[in-house]
Amino acid sequence: MSATAEILDSVQSSYKWGFETDIEMDLAPKGLNEDIIRLISARKEEPLWMLEYRLKAFAAWLKMEEPDWARVDHPPIDYQDLHYYAAPKKKAGPKSLDEVDPELLKMYEKLGIPLKERAILAGVEPDPNERPQIAVDAVFDSVSVATTFRETLSKVGVIFCPISEAVRDHPDLVREYLGSVVPVADNYFSALNAAVFTDGSFVYIPKGVRCPMELSTYFRINARNTGQFERTLIIAEAGAHVSYLEGCTAPQRDENQLHAAVVELIAMDDATIKYSTVQNWYPGDADGKGGIYNFVTKRGACRGDRSKISWTQVETGSAITWKYPSCVLIGEDSVGEFYSVAVTTNHQQADTGTKMIHVGKGSSSTIVSKGISAGKSNNTYRGLVRILPSAAGARNHTQCDSLLIGDECGAHTVPYIESRNRTAKVEHEATTSKIAEDQLFYCRQRGLSEEDAVNLIVNGFCKEVLKELPMEFAVEAQKLLAVSLEGSVG
Amino acid sequence: MSAISTMGAAGFLARFEALRDSLPGCAAERAAAAESFRALGLPGGTSGRRSEAWKYTSLRPLAEADFAGSTADTVHGDGADLVFVDGVFRPDLSTTVPGFTQFAEAPAFGPLPRPDRDPLVALNTMLAADGAVLRVPAGVNAGIVRLGSIGTGASAFHPRHMIHLEQGASLILLETATGNGAYLHNPVTEITVAEGAHLTHIRLQDEATDAFHLATIYAEVAEGGTYDGFSLILGGRVTRTEIHAVLNGKSATAHMNGAQLLTGTQHADFTSVVRHAEPNGTSRQTVKNVLNGRSRGVFQGRIEVARHAQKTDGYQMNQALLLSPDAEIDSKPELEIFADDVKCSHGATVGELDAEQLFYLRSRGVPDSEARALLVRAFLAEALDLVTDEAIRAILEQRVDAWWERQAA
Repeated sequence: MSATAEILDSVQSSYKWGFETDIEMDLAPKGLNEDIIRLISARKEEPLWMLEYRLKAFAAWLKMEEPDWARVDHPPIDYQDLHYYAAPKKKAGPKSLDEVDPELLKMYEKLGIPLKERAILAGVEPDPNERPQIAVDAVFDSVSVATTFRETLSKVGVIFCPISEAVRDHPDLVREYLGSVVPVADNYFSALNAAVFTDGSFVYIPKGVRCPMELSTYFRINARNTGQFERTLIIAEAGAHVSYLEGCTAPQRDENQLHAAVVELIAMDDATIKYSTVQNWYPGDADGKGGIYNFVTKRGACRGDRSKISWTQVETGSAITWKYPSCVLIGEDSVGEFYSVAVTTNHQQADTGTKMIHVGKGSSSTIVSKGISAGKSNNTYRGLVRILPSAAGARNHTQCDSLLIGDECGAHTVPYIESRNRTAKVEHEATTSKIAEDQLFYCRQRGLSEEDAVNLIVNGFCKEVLKELPMEFAVEAQKLLAVSLEGSVG
Repeated sequence: MSAISTMGAAGFLARFEALRDSLPGCAAERAAAAESFRALGLPGGTSGRRSEAWKYTSLRPLAEADFAGSTADTVHGDGADLVFVDGVFRPDLSTTVPGFTQFAEAPAFGPLPRPDRDPLVALNTMLAADGAVLRVPAGVNAGIVRLGSIGTGASAFHPRHMIHLEQGASLILLETATGNGAYLHNPVTEITVAEGAHLTHIRLQDEATDAFHLATIYAEVAEGGTYDGFSLILGGRVTRTEIHAVLNGKSATAHMNGAQLLTGTQHADFTSVVRHAEPNGTSRQTVKNVLNGRSRGVFQGRIEVARHAQKTDGYQMNQALLLSPDAEIDSKPELEIFADDVKCSHGATVGELDAEQLFYLRSRGVPDSEARALLVRAFLAEALDLVTDEAIRAILEQRVDAWWERQAA
């Protein structure tokens, strides 16, 4: 095998999450119209107000145009050629894990997602060496198939459930907050999501509660020709604290699939929400065929004084990423953070960054973005820091670094800085470089293979961001970086 | 009322229809530019969305202004070597400069400007009547040439300048723009710097308070050549300085430095694009904004590195000092990089005068106003120091001091 073929082979085989699961599905007919939206709403047994919300969003979407300002390029998406609802035939929302389709459990096992609750015996101290407990909501195509540790959480008043369930069981909370951070007509994809969203997680942390374990949602696209429209809503009341993780994978397919999610976070006085993502949707093959279009709107509102929202993302997957997790810093002394690693190889395109909107006095934000481009990919950081006249004493620091591996890729930085308060301080720094020869030489000379050396250097480059991830995620993210860049050197 | 047709994009197009047979140069190029201008319109002139290049600047005030005529007769020379009044060359106010010809006498549109893309360049190409064509022969050091523009009344003028430096030539071009009235000055300057040539291009924009100044500069630099630009922007109501520099030969250099000092309701936009098309190029940019009153400063700067422009070294720094509660800065420093063996960085900062520095000076007995003046001066020095010719730097510093005195008054 020639060296090139070997590299290609290693790249192609590197997406080990690309298998398909054969499950009998309940599939809505292709196409997008009011009837489909009614069907989704009926399948979810939603109240009328939810259906009205969806129809209003759909009407708005019909009047909107797909945005074209991002540095991404793709053939037009035929929104009528998708299934907007796909669910495993077995009734959604089983009461216990025993009711979950064994095929599904097998799949999650294969993905390494712990859906088994290890019962903690009363009076027995948990083994400190054991992996920390993580509550998981597993979303498979359009529905949530399992949510673990719900009882443990409900004891402290934390609600962690699929959003479709929250619509039915906690309508007052959902009605109050849904669309309050990302309005229906915020943008083209958020309007589409509001019309057809199917599942996602709902988290409510009551006043003064520190969530006793990490919460996480695992998204899996499985069905062919579907779009996944996840909707996540996290509310942290005054003094509450929660750390939430999100992971995602999809089978390896030649056609592109659309994932248009909306995530809304709300933090009241002194509340903290930490939101971590490891995005590993199928990126397409070495020729750029297939892969997920990941068009996501994520936004958090720091409504309370001294509230804090922190986004950490490791983006390695997707054919195209269009994603700007943002913070609206309304509360006095509220804090927004954005830590990002985005890796693109082959023909991947990533246009990602953040928006920090400073409204409150003394609000502060930190942005650390690390972009790594390899192969024939394009990687863009696009960010906005806006200081409104009310944001006296606001503070922002932005650091954007890009690393280029190979001479066929592109790295771009497009920051927007707008300040309307003289007492605010904004600093932005950006650099672009390649892996330094001397660093590479140093590692090689000590016996590391070129690939290991590159991994080491890349990990060092990303360290500032990776250290923000919960420990287990950090380990996974490091491995993912190594796998993503496999075959892109030499 | 005939006044309607003198306003907005339609007014300019009507003016073109009236003048088209009498304008010098290639009629077809002008007609094509008119078509482009018709299609592009004035950014912000209509209610439609502005293009990304004009994100922070709307020309609505320009679209609503009536350019009815000039009062050029009353003007005196301003000491420049080549004086243009309302865009027309005035031999009576000028001296002889070797290598100079009037655009009106040798009208030619060069290949660099992009009337198809840039609306104001389309407007200029459509209506340009005069301008300075300056050629410095190979190996010649032409010293300092002062090119002055004086605007009057409610005139609208679109001068077309061409500056060509042949191999190894050098020139310091000092451009000044002043005037009195609510006029529009819309110059397009095309610059070519041949192998090893060196152009220092100093622009002092001190237009009348009610004037519009919308300048577009295209510079192409060949191997080993240098375009060293500095713009001091003080005047005008709505202004834009747009510079496109292309490093088209190996080891070429471009500097696009500047300072914008604004007050009142002034709006000034500094937009630049430097394209590294060949390897080993260097680009440097330091742009400072000092904003007082309700003024708004805009900086947009892009460094582009083409696929094979390896070993490029690009640096860009943009800083803004907000002196008043109502001032605003919008800054967009961009990197667009397609080559891997490059060193490119940019930085941007926004803030007010440093309270600690102020305290330091005050605690040593320096009065508040002096301390502020000192700090503003120091802030600007980083940019002004990049002007290497001492005599010219002194002129600029004097203008900066005068500006500051007006703020304090």
